[in-house]
Amino acid sequence: MLCCICQEREATVHLTQIAGEKMQKVDLCEECAKAKGVNDPAAFSLADLLLGLGASQEVEKASGRKEAPCPSCGFTHADFKKTGRFGCPVCYEHFSDGLATLLRSMHKGVRHVGKVPKRFKQLKKALDVSDQLKTLQRKLEKAIHEERFERAAELRDEIKSLTGRTEGVEAP
Amino acid sequence: MTKVALQEFLTPPAEMARRRGPQDEIVLSSRVRLARNLEGCPFPGTAKKEQRQKVLGTMLPAVESLKLMQNGFSTAMDALTALDKTILVERHLISREHAARNVGSGLVLNKDESVCVMINEEDHLRMQALLPGFQIKQAWKLIDGVDTELEKSLDYAFSPVFGFLTACPTNLGTAIRVSAMLHLPGLVLSEQIEPIIQSVNKLGLAVRGLYGEGTEALGNIFQVSNQMTLGEAETSIAERLEKVVKQIIEHEENARGTLLERSPKTVYNHIGRAYGVLSNAHSISSKESMNLLSFLRLGLELGHFPGVDRSVVDELFVQTQPAHLQRMHTGRLSGEERDLLRADMLRQQLRNMSRPVMQAPPGQADDSAEKTN
Repeated sequence: MLCCICQEREATVHLTQIAGEKMQKVDLCEECAKAKGVNDPAAFSLADLLLGLGASQEVEKASGRKEAPCPSCGFTHADFKKTGRFGCPVCYEHFSDGLATLLRSMHKGVRHVGKVPKRFKQLKKALDVSDQLKTLQRKLEKAIHEERFERAAELRDEIKSLTGRTEGVEAP
Repeated sequence: MTKVALQEFLTPPAEMARRRGPQDEIVLSSRVRLARNLEGCPFPGTAKKEQRQKVLGTMLPAVESLKLMQNGFSTAMDALTALDKTILVERHLISREHAARNVGSGLVLNKDESVCVMINEEDHLRMQALLPGFQIKQAWKLIDGVDTELEKSLDYAFSPVFGFLTACPTNLGTAIRVSAMLHLPGLVLSEQIEPIIQSVNKLGLAVRGLYGEGTEALGNIFQVSNQMTLGEAETSIAERLEKVVKQIIEHEENARGTLLERSPKTVYNHIGRAYGVLSNAHSISSKESMNLLSFLRLGLELGHFPGVDRSVVDELFVQTQPAHLQRMHTGRLSGEERDLLRADMLRQQLRNMSRPVMQAPPGQADDSAEKTN
């Protein structure tokens, strides 16, 4: 069996960690085990193994090192570090600061693409529009700055038509 | 909902083995799983027992009332025996993780077991569509429909930025897992499986063993699935997996062709030995029987057992697994006793199957061709 971190050396350290009701088995070679501080189980982070190395530090950074637990479920970044999982939907907001870095390392993008529940569809439209608005505004300022007034007028009209639409689809 | 015991409800293995799907000589099954959570409730891992029971209380009736679940099966996990749960795992209907759950978790199955909803696994809802053969798109459509129906009565935890919120950030976004179970004896025999796995991994797809995460590849059976869930739409993920599976099928077919051409004796040897051991052994482990059944299946596909239907072997794949074996016997069996009974069953089931006919089609090396050398 190969070490699950370096995938190179034979795994000689077999670790079973029980977090809540879950049992996780991890097989490491001696060097990686030492590097991850397996001799000192308290310092050993399952999140690192599950989500890639450095994941727990990202979340630690994300929560600004403050010990403030999630206001909804009481989950702390130490809990995340231990389990590699969040406590409740609100955690994603609470720990959102450094989340992008963590997500980028494991996913194709950091923004959801795909199915949207019906009751969010309108909200999503509004959000997309506000994104577009920001981009247009930036382009408009640039055009004015470069004294390309014809283009600026076009952009202004586009913004007008967009804002007209947003008023109809306020977020629920 | 049907009010019968689980084991009466489940389709008998013989019938299950006769269910066919497109390209099922290599693609055993296609699966699409979605994870969903309820807004305002802690995830099952953090939730207290009462909170889990409350979620179960909301979910069960919502899932049971789906049209698709008519005449289905619904249960709380603590109402199932350990044997029931292992049988469900062996049928790939629930995860091993869910099998370990009790109070506050539940399960709803539809009549033909193509749709299975786990309640309070790692997420509040884990729903899967499982179809025989290569039917990834159909599986997605099936589960997408279930999800859209459920959405009408349940408030999902969703963020326009992060998508569907899941306990583990690795599932975030679409919260979809698309997978196909592949039988690849040709690639294993020709020692091409490792490079194939590596190149599939490079595409961001995972290759796992028979029972999913962290399990070994018994019986030359491999599960290919997507890993990334955020930043790519469901249909695009499914299409990508479909494309990769198509390529693996091609490689497997080529590997079989090349093996037969270059080293037919290796192939015949594996098939012949598999037949010999399976139909004559008096004690055999589930691991050994799984690996040998794989070669018996290969032999059937290559036409070495004329007149024998493949469902005979596919049924044995299911029946020889520990829990399925145990359920036919009262009294708890030890591992050794199971090995004896497994061998008895295999001999019994294969008694009408004659030894393999190893005459290669014209133009290919076979026994007679060798004599001329």
